[in-house]
Amino acid sequence: MNAQAATNVITDQMGPDFLLAVEGLTVSFDGFKAVDDLSFYVDENEIRVIIGPNGAGKTTVLDLICGRTKATSGSVKFKNTELTRLKEYEIVRAGVGRKFQNPSIYEDLTVFENLEISFPRGRGVFGALAFKRDAEVIGRVEEVAQTIFLADQLHQRAEYLSHGQKQWLEIGMLLIQDPELLMLDEPVAGMSVAERKKTAELLNTIIKDRSVIVIEHDMKFVEDIAHKVTVLHQGKILAEGPMAKVQADPKVIEVYLGH
Amino acid sequence: MTQALSPRFKNLIGLLLLAVLLAVVLPLVLEPFRLNMVGKYLTYAFVAVGLVLCWGNAGILSLGQGVFFGLGGYAMAMYLKLQSSTLEATKIQSTPGIPDFMDWNQITELPFFWVPFKSLPLSLLAVVLVPMAFAFIVSFPMFKRRVGGVYFAIITQALAAIMTILIVGQQGYTGGINGITDLRTLAGWDIRTDSAKTILYFVNVALLLGAIGLCLLVRGSKLGRILVAMRDKEDRVRFSGYDVASFKVFVFCLAAALAGVGGAMFTLQVGFMSPSFVGIVPSIEMVIYTAVGGRLSLFGAVYGTLLVNWAKTSFSESFPELWLFGLGALFIAVVLLFPNGLAGLYRSHVEPRIDAFLGRKGRSGSTPAPAPAE
Amino acid sequence: MFMGYSLGELGSIFAMQAFAGLILFSVFVLMSLGLAIIFGQMGVINMAHGEFMILGAYMTYLTSQAFQAFAPGLYGIYFFVAMVVAFCASGALGMLVEWSMIRFLYKRPLDTLLATWGLSLIMQQAFRSIFGAREVGVELPEWMMGSLAITDTIEVQINGLFVMGLTTLIAIAVYLLMFRSRWGLQVRAVVLNRPMAGAVGIDSERVDRFTFGLGCGIAGIAGSAFTMIGSTGPTAGQLYIVDTFLVVVFGGAASLAGTIASAFTISQAQSTMEFFMSGSMAKVLTLLVVVCILMVRPEGLFVLKVRR
Repeated sequence: MNAQAATNVITDQMGPDFLLAVEGLTVSFDGFKAVDDLSFYVDENEIRVIIGPNGAGKTTVLDLICGRTKATSGSVKFKNTELTRLKEYEIVRAGVGRKFQNPSIYEDLTVFENLEISFPRGRGVFGALAFKRDAEVIGRVEEVAQTIFLADQLHQRAEYLSHGQKQWLEIGMLLIQDPELLMLDEPVAGMSVAERKKTAELLNTIIKDRSVIVIEHDMKFVEDIAHKVTVLHQGKILAEGPMAKVQADPKVIEVYLGH
Repeated sequence: MTQALSPRFKNLIGLLLLAVLLAVVLPLVLEPFRLNMVGKYLTYAFVAVGLVLCWGNAGILSLGQGVFFGLGGYAMAMYLKLQSSTLEATKIQSTPGIPDFMDWNQITELPFFWVPFKSLPLSLLAVVLVPMAFAFIVSFPMFKRRVGGVYFAIITQALAAIMTILIVGQQGYTGGINGITDLRTLAGWDIRTDSAKTILYFVNVALLLGAIGLCLLVRGSKLGRILVAMRDKEDRVRFSGYDVASFKVFVFCLAAALAGVGGAMFTLQVGFMSPSFVGIVPSIEMVIYTAVGGRLSLFGAVYGTLLVNWAKTSFSESFPELWLFGLGALFIAVVLLFPNGLAGLYRSHVEPRIDAFLGRKGRSGSTPAPAPAE
Repeated sequence: MFMGYSLGELGSIFAMQAFAGLILFSVFVLMSLGLAIIFGQMGVINMAHGEFMILGAYMTYLTSQAFQAFAPGLYGIYFFVAMVVAFCASGALGMLVEWSMIRFLYKRPLDTLLATWGLSLIMQQAFRSIFGAREVGVELPEWMMGSLAITDTIEVQINGLFVMGLTTLIAIAVYLLMFRSRWGLQVRAVVLNRPMAGAVGIDSERVDRFTFGLGCGIAGIAGSAFTMIGSTGPTAGQLYIVDTFLVVVFGGAASLAGTIASAFTISQAQSTMEFFMSGSMAKVLTLLVVVCILMVRPEGLFVLKVRR
């Protein structure tokens, strides 16, 4: 406990409190280092976009932060809590939300039930048994459904939604969790132009008052939202900074933007 | 699609119809011997109902439910055996007061794990708690390490094999291959008479209806929806802040407890317990009851159990050769042709007609058509 | 438990038990190789695998009967013919089963398990109807009878040695087929990426059918070997199925070397323990240890860490 306290003091002395501090993060699969000695910091209310060519390790970084993949070495601190030692569900309860690349929703349940399951209450076995669908839950679900343009589909089975609607539903499921750090993996991939525009709008409303890490290929979209951009290449950081600076970086143009 | 009846209302009607069939119709039309046989089948239905939650809803296929059925059955049998092994009844043994098979195996003292079974309340607790505890020990490490699917199925099957070999091998403590036989009284009440068997049948039916009611409640809660969600997208549930493993452990333990109750009722109604209800073969047969009934339907599980066992009995009586062919074909057919079992057939053929009928007449309170699949 | 034996006696006991274990090991390896190919490469659980083995055993029995009736002079070589017959019979039936049943179930592994269990019941009853419920045995040709004395206290049976040699050859052949042939490359390609394999012109349905047939065929050969050390009955296959599943899972489903290593470990443990306690307790202990290890290390003993 004392050691823990001591590290807290040290990080406190190191200046601005980061919401998320990734330091020396490494993971190797059979000798292949998918993420190699990676360090970066995300501030509160910052919107960070990670870009990079395929296989650069972008999704793996998110997997490491949310505990889906175990790090070989390094640390991930979220509000000064070490995440690498926690289980996935503990990380979620600590306030980290994650959206997957492919829409990941429960097709056999209705939109309402999808959102209800994500509502952060009654998460234990007996809590779930005793869970009551009270006014607070219904109100919150309806509010979120409104935000994600699905108010009319509330009682439809999720499998009948369109691809874009499924993406929105998953975003809504995260929203109802109200995480402090939201991680989105290619939220506009596979969408029509109209859906894409609507999604950008949606993302712009939900990323307020929280920190967000986004993986995205759509440069127009990145330019719109990013406070800071991190460019990954072969598991390492190639460049980091504001969009304009990164776009002008010759190394970045060489490996990524130039193509 | 028009929804003529709400799901909750349909469940109530289903429960009511099942109650009428089991508690009124069958006792009226069947002679005591056949009724006792139905009672025996219904003890398997406890396992089948548990498998609906475990396999149908949560996607966990256990091929070792016989183990839990056996644990419950043996717990009850041990109590009954001690009841009938009074000093008076066993005075010709070299060690009076212990079960006869122990005496035959040169055991001179009641083994320590038999001692609690002198008490009825402790034995009744053991019927539920021992299977649950064993299920917990088995499933907790596996679900924590995300062992699932076929691996879980194989390991539970291995457990069924181990349990049988152990029971058969440790004759002196378990009664060996013959099991625990010659059971007479429950707290002094003779369970072998016709009237006792009829009473036990009704107790069994009441417990089974209670078990189904309990499962309906579990399924109707948020936990039920989480189980469905887990079967579909386990990772998403995990990343919604749920400890997926503990939900699986819960459902597996619940199914084990139900199987244990079924086993105990089996011992009471049939009058003995033996390893032939524990091993690989009975365990997988219990899965087929659920599959025939429709793996998602709690009521279907009961009808499936009755149907398969009725077929088994009638075939074995007339064409013993054919039964294994029939059972084998049933396994294949239910997987390839009717993956939703009787409940699926009911839903696609019978229910739309009932809905249409009720829709035309308005909700005039007319009773729906008879229960599916008799 | 070692009380009452001298050191020399203990040495002989271990050597003899180890040899007895080697025969068990051979049958395990042959059974598990087939199962491992089917399960590891295709993700399909074949609960009827033991019955495919017994089919091979009955084929061997029939061949030996045929030789005794029509060519008693050539009885010395019947076994080699029988092996081919067993392989073809089990393999052909396997391909038929894959075509009529398994191919509809690739996306539902748990259902495959139930369907193949149904198949196993049908096969058992078919054996009983055709060959009778009594167990049948084959007569060994003369050159396989007798035993070799290695030291004064240790002697080994020739048929056991033969079965082991055979197992080694088959294991090598399977290895060459899976890892050195073009066909094996196709199988592994289908395992890794089915749509892609299809896109580069591999007929994945055909690959599946032959893989399943091969696995069942090897089980048939296991059945031939089985006739040398035990008698064949309709339900004999079921006794082995749990053990072989555990062997395959314990070895790490996709690794042939792992399968062999785990078959070795399990069979040796069991036969060594059998000398010191009753057979049933030895089996309980072996299975229990394996199950406990699998609970802690579900991926088996020999697997690579892969990116999910």
